[in-house]
Amino acid sequence: MPEIRNMTLNFGPQHPAAHGVLRLVLEMDGEVIERADPHIGLLHRGTEKLAESKPFNQSIGYMDRLDYVSMMCNEHAYVMAIERLLGVTPPLRAQYIRVMFDEITRVLNHLMWLGAHGLDIGAMTVFLYCFREREDLMDCYEAVSGTRMHATYYRPGGVYRDLPDRMPQYQASKLRSDKMVRELNANRQGSMLDFIEDFADRFPACVDEYETLLTDNRIWKQRTVDIGIVTPERAQALGFTGPMLRGSGVAWDLRKKQPYEVYHLLDFDIPIGVNGDCYDRYLVRIEEMRQSARIIKQCVQWLRVNPGPVMLADHKLTAPSRADMKGDMESLIHHFKHFTEGYCVPAGEAYAAVEHPKGEFGIYLVSDGANKPYRLKARAPGFPHLAAMNELVQGHMLADVVAIIGTMDIVFGEIDR
Amino acid sequence: MLTDLQASTLSALLHERLGAQLQALTVDRGELTAVVAAADISAVGQILRDAPDLSFRLLVDLSGVDYQTYGQTDWATHEATSAGFSRGVAAASAAVPEAATPGRFAVVYHLLSTAHNRRVRLKVWLAEDPPRLPSVTEIWPCADWYEREAFDLFGILFEGHPDLRRLLTDYGFIGHPFRKDFPLEGYVEVRYDAQKQRVVYQPVSIESRVLVPRVIRGDPNKGH
Repeated sequence: MPEIRNMTLNFGPQHPAAHGVLRLVLEMDGEVIERADPHIGLLHRGTEKLAESKPFNQSIGYMDRLDYVSMMCNEHAYVMAIERLLGVTPPLRAQYIRVMFDEITRVLNHLMWLGAHGLDIGAMTVFLYCFREREDLMDCYEAVSGTRMHATYYRPGGVYRDLPDRMPQYQASKLRSDKMVRELNANRQGSMLDFIEDFADRFPACVDEYETLLTDNRIWKQRTVDIGIVTPERAQALGFTGPMLRGSGVAWDLRKKQPYEVYHLLDFDIPIGVNGDCYDRYLVRIEEMRQSARIIKQCVQWLRVNPGPVMLADHKLTAPSRADMKGDMESLIHHFKHFTEGYCVPAGEAYAAVEHPKGEFGIYLVSDGANKPYRLKARAPGFPHLAAMNELVQGHMLADVVAIIGTMDIVFGEIDR
Repeated sequence: MLTDLQASTLSALLHERLGAQLQALTVDRGELTAVVAAADISAVGQILRDAPDLSFRLLVDLSGVDYQTYGQTDWATHEATSAGFSRGVAAASAAVPEAATPGRFAVVYHLLSTAHNRRVRLKVWLAEDPPRLPSVTEIWPCADWYEREAFDLFGILFEGHPDLRRLLTDYGFIGHPFRKDFPLEGYVEVRYDAQKQRVVYQPVSIESRVLVPRVIRGDPNKGH
């Protein structure tokens, strides 16, 4: 009789389905997983330690690079923690802009998730569809901040600048004829708000398209239904937040339960799952995209009729305008101090959390009164999700590991920090 | 953030439930911080999780903090200096005043109750080195990786943890990088050696430098 023994399989760190640099050591009995040991830290950059060596504002850019598919939400938690320590509230228009961009970011994140998750378990077309819509939202990022990904747009005291009056246009080239360019630019003729509203209007139909491809698809259901079931009690014990918790049927969303900025003024619904499996989490995220489009539209309507400042005028905290700086000695001094030494934050500690697309993203900030953080801890939603990997995959087949990694919406920038 | 009323209700509840185990309780900027002794953390955690009127079932975050250089600056701003910034750097590294905290390390737990929609922060001060305290993995299973991370980055030992291995740093890493006495640029760097045909470790070639000095201006309790 041949000797039968368990097999140890190394999955990653350079596997395309590992979503980055996850190394999984799987102990397998045939094709069934007995134990999974995730090895993380291959993308550890010491963001929290780096932040201790820089003035507060210079670390905003590092926050973008934590979860690099939902950039502005990370910034949001960081600037909220600083604002709480300082005891300041940004102007209302800045709060609406932040909420609008948080929701744009949520759509960006969920599109990336849906495309990658689909691709992982064999649905190629969704990926292409998702990236088509992502492109428009990336253009919004670019129009408002100058970069397509790492925006550094939120600042303590508001946002860097007001929304632009016109959208960037496509230019004709060897690849794009004049006729194509005219079609591409058709919805970019007005202001940025017009473009975003146009997007929010047509986006629900796009979500319908994704659903046509997946929701009733037999293969999709075979790959996701009853895979990775988590009970509501267990989800809380494991520290799950966001769609991972709502997929299990716990109605918990910080935007509703502990509203920050202007979420309490907006009308939206929180979808929750029933079975707590991969399919329910998929449905939750799909519905969240529709709700985000609703929130975006409400913000656009408010922003259209309510012009105003987007940054506090306290120049001990925020930079003065360029024109003032050129003509006024005091503004020049403020400008110089702001960009060299920064501002001092009163001693104390604060924990600010936002409903990030992946769950609760929190920043725990300790200040000793200096111009740099004393300690910064980023609470990444993906961290406890991945920690539960061993429990979720036990008894599943190897192919289901890929589905479970996908459903967790793992991004290593935030997990490894 | 809690309103004043919510904060006072929760403080009263915590005083009632925890009694003498509660060393201090502060409300700052709408956030409640409870200080408990390291030996009591398991008992306190059990009460906070299981008492029906508290039911903090979710451990949101666990982080270590090193208070060794708390309140120290590179550059004195109260009086004029005779030799500028470099004097400040040399002085800061030479004479280290005793920190005014109850211990060098602290472990901070952020708890959330989804049933009552409340948050509380637990803080445990640790005076000894290496710092040690009981693990809470039995109470909140998600503490597993958080404790591994705190051990890896700060060298805090969690007694009773099932598998206290390094989590974020390299295989074979030496030291605890988030301690304040660990230099920002570290001790070793890696590069590919073409002759040996493998990756080699060597002492770091970058020099430590401070781009912006750390300063504390004005009354630290009154604002910028």
